[in-house]
Amino acid sequence: MRIILPGVLREYAEGAGELVVPAGDGEMSLRTVLDAALLDRPRLAARIRDETGALRRHVNVFVDGQDVRRLGGLDAAVEVHAVIHILPSVAGG
Amino acid sequence: MTEKSRKSQTSQTDQTSQTDQTDQADQADQADQTLLAIGTRKGLWLARSDDRSRWTLDGPHFLMSEIPSVCIDTRAVASGGSPRLLVGVRSEHWGPTVARSDDLGQSWNETPEGAMRFPADTGAAVERVWQITPDGHDDDVVWASTEPQALWRSDDRGETFSLVRGLWEHPHRPDWGAGFGGAAIHTILPDPADAAGMLVAMSTGGVYRTEDGGTSWTASNTGIKAPYQPDPWPEFGQCVHKVARDGVNPTRLYAQNHHGVYRSDDNGGTWSSIADGLPTDFGFTVVAHPSRADTLWLVPITADRERVPPGAQLQVQRSSDAGATWVTCSDGLPSPSYTCVLRDAAAADTHEQAGVYFGTRNGEVYGSADEGGTFAPIAAQLPDVLCVRAAVIA
Repeated sequence: MRIILPGVLREYAEGAGELVVPAGDGEMSLRTVLDAALLDRPRLAARIRDETGALRRHVNVFVDGQDVRRLGGLDAAVEVHAVIHILPSVAGG
Repeated sequence: MTEKSRKSQTSQTDQTSQTDQTDQADQADQADQTLLAIGTRKGLWLARSDDRSRWTLDGPHFLMSEIPSVCIDTRAVASGGSPRLLVGVRSEHWGPTVARSDDLGQSWNETPEGAMRFPADTGAAVERVWQITPDGHDDDVVWASTEPQALWRSDDRGETFSLVRGLWEHPHRPDWGAGFGGAAIHTILPDPADAAGMLVAMSTGGVYRTEDGGTSWTASNTGIKAPYQPDPWPEFGQCVHKVARDGVNPTRLYAQNHHGVYRSDDNGGTWSSIADGLPTDFGFTVVAHPSRADTLWLVPITADRERVPPGAQLQVQRSSDAGATWVTCSDGLPSPSYTCVLRDAAAADTHEQAGVYFGTRNGEVYGSADEGGTFAPIAAQLPDVLCVRAAVIA
């Protein structure tokens, strides 16, 4: 499965725009996928989730094009070949 | 984080009207470089001056991130070290962090695992770093405070912080409220006479003190009115906007409340009004002279329901007698003005003849090299100014 990062976060992923997460045995939760992808990238992790593990309020995550807030949040099921987009929400003034 | 300044500009303000007064000041004092850190809703600017008349403005740093707190830690300068900048940075999208620079903003670093993280058992997350304050007794110790209301201690000059449990677990916590700015501790005043003493203040909640290094805390609001409460004299729950400690007498404190200006002569044990003579008792900020007793500045705002300068005259109120009398300082400040100055958006530098600085919600920054006698603009067209801090750095 692939995680696509917005440009603004790539400095926290050694410049990578995409993270590849080895698929486990079958379906995984988004929480598990993010845990694996961000384990060695604490600065990136802190920008996507707070220290309780919750997704930050204005960070949007899409799994195969679907907003995970409508799929159970971090409990959303992620299939082996899923594409996960992480994007900033439309916010601010 | 490694971030170079994305943009650098020079803004020189020639305060010719101040020349005579400046010449009278201590020449050696004027030879020192002054740094003014300006935190805004969309980034940090650093202004530097050799004479507090002409300023060079560098920024923005952290463009599009809110800067609710900044600290210029000069404790290492006396021993030949560099000042350290510690900055509370908060992205609306990507959350808060603490950035630090030991080269005056040429480069920035942050602790990879996060300088400040709530322990898992609290179930809490840092929303915003509201205050960063060097300790007066131990050069490695830095204090910080956050939203939600928490106090933090660093023993490594701000690289990592630990939650002060004594205040976090205070039985009053469930009843502390949130002002419009959020549920935050916004004031940290270590006691310069006692390493185990400290005062903090929050909106809403009021003033709390410890005398045992943070293990236990006592509400210290006796005499501070809470006109927005059914009981206007509660033990706690006051909306204290800012507290400053007298520069010479450490047991003398000044508080700007949500209506009400107060002084304490017993280290916060009791408070008495010093609002007589002011055009209004509302405002957000209070600043004490760093080295002269009984001297303080306020920026008055008309009222909680009219958050603009009194009479539409942007002004500072100065007292040289601990609040017994007040002088209006408005020379060089605009009128009409309908802006506002927030609680951390005013500061004094550490020159003997202190410079006084403040920033407004419409992105203007003013400075006075003569303790408020005359102000001149330092910056304009910035985002809303949230905090300013000033120090002599060389």
